[in-house]
Amino acid sequence: MRSCSPCAACKLLRRRCAEDCIFAPYFPSQDPHRFAIVHKVFGASNELPVDQRGDAASSMVYEANARVRDPVYGCVGAISYLQNQVSQLQMQLTVAQTELLRIKMQQDSPSPPYLAPTNIFNNIDSQPEYLNFPSSTNVIQDPSLKTESIWT
Amino acid sequence: MSFGRCAACRYLRRRCTQDCILSPYFPSNNPQRFASVHRIYGASNVTKLLQRLPTHLRAEAADSLYFEAQCRLEDPVYGCVGLIFLLQQQIHSAESQLFKTQAEIAVMKSQTQYPQTQPFRAISGSNNLLLQQSDNDANL
Repeated sequence: MRSCSPCAACKLLRRRCAEDCIFAPYFPSQDPHRFAIVHKVFGASNELPVDQRGDAASSMVYEANARVRDPVYGCVGAISYLQNQVSQLQMQLTVAQTELLRIKMQQDSPSPPYLAPTNIFNNIDSQPEYLNFPSSTNVIQDPSLKTESIWT
Repeated sequence: MSFGRCAACRYLRRRCTQDCILSPYFPSNNPQRFASVHRIYGASNVTKLLQRLPTHLRAEAADSLYFEAQCRLEDPVYGCVGLIFLLQQQIHSAESQLFKTQAEIAVMKSQTQYPQTQPFRAISGSNNLLLQQSDNDANL
């Protein structure tokens, strides 16, 4: 049985909080700031299935907080920052995978033909490199790392 | 000088004044832009938000509001927060792959630096083996 006090939403909107108030489960009276910030940023309410309303309310609180902290960019600032991080990590991963491939190919390559049997102790440090660095098309790329521009 | 109403005033069915705060960012040739923003935020909230900002930042703010509104319309449950979760997962996955690859490089480099066969030791080892063999023969 729900408490008799109005939920945070009805308290702010100054209306009677009905038994089946749609906001009451997600905006309890003990946390008035939560609804206040959502109401400040979001105007309209969307119809959603009951089992998704909790997540929707939480994501709206998150977005509203982000918008209050950064009135110009809101969540888009965070998205831009994260996209940059993904790009940087992808570049680092590409470099590392290229290096690993180079080392593997170096280890798999056969012994140089000019090694004389009597001089095997002298050629350890002078082995030539038969390797060519692989082109960018051969580098392994994870398709799940690709992201679209934030403005599309 | 344009006498037409901006998309916002056209949508709200009101007169568009000379100093309409929304008209620079919601031109009449893109009615869907304001419709999306209004549906999620409401005209009053958008107006208040833009009024609080200096003029040179309002265009960026309007663009970001439009982007977030579009995300929310496409995903009514998570909005652009869903995109943030996805990017965080991608970062975590990329970091794991990077650490794994760097560890593999470290292992392979150490194997290259310290190979198993050592020519000096092989010869001296074979000498020892010969000596060891002769001792065993003596003990039989």
